[in-house]
This record gives sequence, structure tokens and C-alpha cells, in this order.
Amino acid sequence: MNVVWAIIWFSVLGLGFGLILAYAGKIFAAEQDERIEMIADILPSANCGGCGYAGCTALAEAIVSGDAQTNACPVGGTETGTKIAEVMGEQALDSIRYRAQVMCSGTNDFAREKYEYDGIPDCISANRLAGGSKACPNGCLGLGTCVKNCKFNAIKIINGVAAVDYEQCTACGACVAACPKMIIKFIPFEATHWVGCMSVDKGAVTRKNCTVGCIACRLCEKKCPVGAIKITDFVATIDYEKCTSCGDCEKSCPRRVIWSNVSQKSEGIVRDKQSVGDIDV
Amino acid sequence: MGEIFMIMIAAVLTENFVFSKFLGICPFLGVSDKPSTAFGMGMAVTFVMTLSSVVTWIVYNFILVQYNLEYLRTIAFILIIAALVQFIEMFMKKYVPALYQALGIYLPLITTNCAVLGAAIINIDNGYSLINAIIYGAFSAIGFTLAIVIFAGVRERINFASPPAIFKGVPISLVAAGLLAMAFAGFQGIEIV
Repeated sequence: MNVVWAIIWFSVLGLGFGLILAYAGKIFAAEQDERIEMIADILPSANCGGCGYAGCTALAEAIVSGDAQTNACPVGGTETGTKIAEVMGEQALDSIRYRAQVMCSGTNDFAREKYEYDGIPDCISANRLAGGSKACPNGCLGLGTCVKNCKFNAIKIINGVAAVDYEQCTACGACVAACPKMIIKFIPFEATHWVGCMSVDKGAVTRKNCTVGCIACRLCEKKCPVGAIKITDFVATIDYEKCTSCGDCEKSCPRRVIWSNVSQKSEGIVRDKQSVGDIDV
Repeated sequence: MGEIFMIMIAAVLTENFVFSKFLGICPFLGVSDKPSTAFGMGMAVTFVMTLSSVVTWIVYNFILVQYNLEYLRTIAFILIIAALVQFIEMFMKKYVPALYQALGIYLPLITTNCAVLGAAIINIDNGYSLINAIIYGAFSAIGFTLAIVIFAGVRERINFASPPAIFKGVPISLVAAGLLAMAFAGFQGIEIV
């Protein structure tokens, strides 16, 4: 008899709570704009967080409420942006396509190791142990935390440095956020040149740590005809607003740390470093 | 009256849920980044714990005891708590969406928060009357809120401090939590007549 009472009472309790919740769900139902659902359908549903919102639905809400632009989704690109603009009844905005670029050239051949890391194969763990095994404090540890975080299979580790496959990259930013060294940056997809180094050490120190580190010699800065390249914190950075892809910086760099996906083919400079194999220009 | 006062003091200070019973550690560490969200979480827990104290007490004494079903109390309590959390989630989503966003995953996690279940079970084990059970539930949740808000304040300061590199982040927070627990242990000496 005890069992029967147990079944009866628990059914009553469950049903009672169920009914209360069902009723409460109606009372507290938040009125939702139907455009939110329409936009959420257009968005890629990868929930990668590349837009800065918690997921695709959160972005859809932000677009409808006007907090985000119609082209806020970096993954969907122009096509998605246009469709969303249609739903919102707005003019489509041009969206610049970005790609992630690992700003380090220090492969196993070039960068000096300060100790042999034998721990958990993960950059975050390695980074906790005196900043990882690479002597350079801003060097790619090559243990693949970005690879694990990439939802689009766009990153590979080549000879100790992560390399991004541009075609696969959606610029969602998962790798940028995951990298404990913070050396993955967004650059415009069309960018032809980039500085493959983020070492903020002084030139002499960088020279000891890595044979392809930027030593802040300022040759590129002087050579650049439009003033697009600047040395700050002992490392060169390119301002893509100004860059005309002339390639003078690349030619002037004595450390050959300025990279180009144009000259790789045209001048046939063979540098067994990152990304080369994945570029198809 | 004396008994109620004793329950209040015990729940908030001497038998603080976080520091002396070690219940509700998950949200204590998880949502204590900012005092404002910590306070929001504390209020949510207070609401759920007070309501669940009432409902669990009624269900236990008027249903489970009557039909000799005491052995099913854990399941019954979890059912009640889950329903209440669902309810508060709907409520918050509608009326305080900012807090709903800030609490995120920790709100549904109240469902399996041992502090809430702990309060319900302690109420029964101590043989409290309905009034005492409500007081105990509400005030232990206030004790929880006190602990989490203090800790959030401490963590905010830690963000600006520069501890040794190996202590950065979680380790130094845990050390701070330990020191806070020791401070609260000082209340053990209070004797309420």
C-alpha cells in the first residue's frame, strides 16, 4: 500500500508543479519580436561568439533591438549581412572580411627553447610554467590550444607554430580568445603583408631568443611610402587602413619577419614557416 | 522569541552555510566576480530557499509523514526545488533580464545547489516548526548572500593586487576564501542565552 501512496502522491506533486509552471510560463512569457527568430535562422548557428554576443540568438536579439549592426556576424560575411538587412528593412552594410593570423614566425628551427616542456600538451598549462618553453615571451608555444578551440578546423600546427588556413577561417575569434600568449590577431582578409612577430623585448634580447624576431630596427618604418608601418614597443605593426600592399617593408626587413602572401609565389622566397602551405593566391 | 533569534544568528554567522557547513561552494566561487551579480545571486538563492523551506516543510509534514513516505524526502525536495527554480527563472527573464543574463548558467544550477537542499533537510532534521523553518531558510540564505558579497568584494580588490605569478587567479581566491572562513570561525565563540 505504501508504494501505491508513493506513486499517487508523487504523481499529484509532479502534475501540480507542472500545471503551475505551465500557467506561469503563459503569464511570464516574454513577448518576442518575430524578427529575432527570422534573423536567428539566417545566422550560421555556430554559436561561436565571434560577434561578441553569447550566441547566434543573442546576436539576433541585439540586432533587432538596434544594439548591433546588421553585419555584426563575422562568420556569415556579406551574404548573411544582406539577408539580415532585408529582414530589418535597412540598407545592407559592407562588411570587411577578417581572418586570424598567428603573429609568430618562431618555428622550431628559428626560436630558442629555454627548457624542454614535458607536461600536459596544452599552451595554457605550458604558459603557467614560466611562460612556456620558448625563450621568447611572445612566441607561439605550438601546443595547439587554438586548434582545440577552433570550431571550423582552420588551424594546424606546422613545425611548432600555429598556422591558420585562411579559407576555413571565419574570424569567429575563438582562437584569439584562447591563445594564452595573445599573439593571434585579426587582419583584413585582403591584407597582403603582416609582421610575423609580437616580441616586445628589446632588439638585442629578441635577437638572442629567435632568429626571425623583429628587432625594431625601423628600416621598414623608414621605407614605407605611406607611413603605414610603425614600431611600438620594439615591434613593427601595420596599419591596414593605410597599407597599399607595395611590399617595400617586406624587402627592407633584415630579419625577414615581414610576411607576404604575394611574394611567396612571385619572388619564390621559400621560407619554411607558418601558413605558407595553406595560401592559395 | 529567543529561539527564533538564536536560529537567525546561527544561520547567518555561527553556522554560515558557506564557511562552516561548506554548502553552496559552486556559486560562491562561480558568481563572485562582482558584488552586484553576487548580490543578485544571493537574492535569487534567498527567494528559492525561503519558498522551498515553506513548501518542503508542508509537503514533508502533511504528505510524506502522513503516508510513511519519509524515505522519499530527497526526491520530493529536489522536485520542489527544481519547480521553484524554473518559476524564478521565468520570473527573472521577464522582469529582470539584466540579472538573468548576469547569472547565466548559475541560475539553473540553484536546482542542484546543495545549500537549498541542505536547508530543507536541516529544517526537517532539527524538527523545526513551520515558522522556525521559514526563518532558518531565509536567514541561512542571507548568510550565504553575506558570504558571497563579502567574497566578491575581496576578489575585486585581488584583481588590483599583484600576487606572485603562481598565485594569480583561482589560487589566490581560494586562499582568500580560506581566510574568510577562518574569520567566520571566530563567531563560533558566540553564546546566545
